[in-house]
Amino acid sequence: MEDSKAIIEAIIFSSENPVPIDKIREILPDVEKVEISRLLIELMDEYEKRSGGFLLLEVAGGFQFRTRPDLGHWINKFLKGKPAILSRAAMETLAVVAYKQPALKSEIDRFRGVDSGSSLKGLLDRKLVRIMGRKDVPGRPIMYGTTKKFLEVFNLKDLSELPTMKEMKDLHEEA
Amino acid sequence: MGYEVKLEIFEGPLDLLLYLIKKNEIDIYDIPIALITEQYLSHIKMMKSLNLDVAGEYLVLAATLVHIKSKMLLPAQEEDTNGQEEEADPRSELVKQLLEYQVFKEAAMQLDQRPLLERDVFKRGRTDEDQYADGGKDEVDAELSVFELIEAFYRIISTSEKTEFMEIDVEKMSLTERINEILDRLNEKKKMTFTELIGGQTSRKSILYTFLAILELMRLRMIRVYQAGSFGVIRVALFMEK
Repeated sequence: MEDSKAIIEAIIFSSENPVPIDKIREILPDVEKVEISRLLIELMDEYEKRSGGFLLLEVAGGFQFRTRPDLGHWINKFLKGKPAILSRAAMETLAVVAYKQPALKSEIDRFRGVDSGSSLKGLLDRKLVRIMGRKDVPGRPIMYGTTKKFLEVFNLKDLSELPTMKEMKDLHEEA
Repeated sequence: MGYEVKLEIFEGPLDLLLYLIKKNEIDIYDIPIALITEQYLSHIKMMKSLNLDVAGEYLVLAATLVHIKSKMLLPAQEEDTNGQEEEADPRSELVKQLLEYQVFKEAAMQLDQRPLLERDVFKRGRTDEDQYADGGKDEVDAELSVFELIEAFYRIISTSEKTEFMEIDVEKMSLTERINEILDRLNEKKKMTFTELIGGQTSRKSILYTFLAILELMRLRMIRVYQAGSFGVIRVALFMEK
């Protein structure tokens, strides 16, 4: 049905947040999940081929329209906002949390060789990192993990999209 | 007129060590410890001479390096009778740590290269989540730089100093106490001016502590400090979640 494609497109357009397939399914119960996926891929291809100002992307378990990465400079100019930039310390801390989650602060400090307290606090404030609970060892230290917002901000479908530690090591050895 | 100093910015002692290893084109698995220790220490000295705050972590690694160096000077102990074998290479622990750090450093760079939301890519309809909502319409709030805070600090110091007498101050003060005090007062009033916070304190030391407490709270992002244009009133408010 040609209509469902238009409906899906409209739903995603109307939403501020990434729309998961299941949400679309709720609106279109008669359309099979496989069919929805197929239509989504078609839509993504169409926008890709059009090479206009924005694309349809899969992020954080859903679908969302986003501006093309190479146009960022113009949008920043338009919005007159400071682009959201993370410091190197914050990036490193985030990388350790992303790969080692659930990660303890002591582990993060050890890997980085410096105290990560303030970086962690900043990441918590920006909701890129969350507290996953406490580890059942003496002292009951806090465990940290990444959030859904982390996936959204870093344009990731899910955590598995990150290159693995091994791939990273191999890359390094080749270099 | 002065020097221009170009310094690499290091994210920590491991970063500095990696930099030295790369600069000297050294095999990370076979670090000439004497050479690296010497360069590492002279780097720290330079940082100190530039009045940069050398964090404790740098000193810890310096101690580790010296310790490894001294260990390597000792003849290898091969007392089979003791059974317990010595650690094969005193450097191995450090190398492991360096390799791990290198991987995460790489991972951080890769993350940074991704198209980031609100930096490279944008979605429709931005929320004002990052903006702080503020009722005061008569004033346009501008974020304040540390230097303007320092200026304000000098203004207060210069007005209060006239009445100061020489006295031996035995009053004990702690930064933590002052921080808690400020937070308590802000919790009560939500918003205060810088002058109100300093208010009444005449000793240089207590003003200094209040000032340090404000800087520390700003760093921890627990409060926000803003001002309406130059010479306007400086306002201090709790950092609101959301």
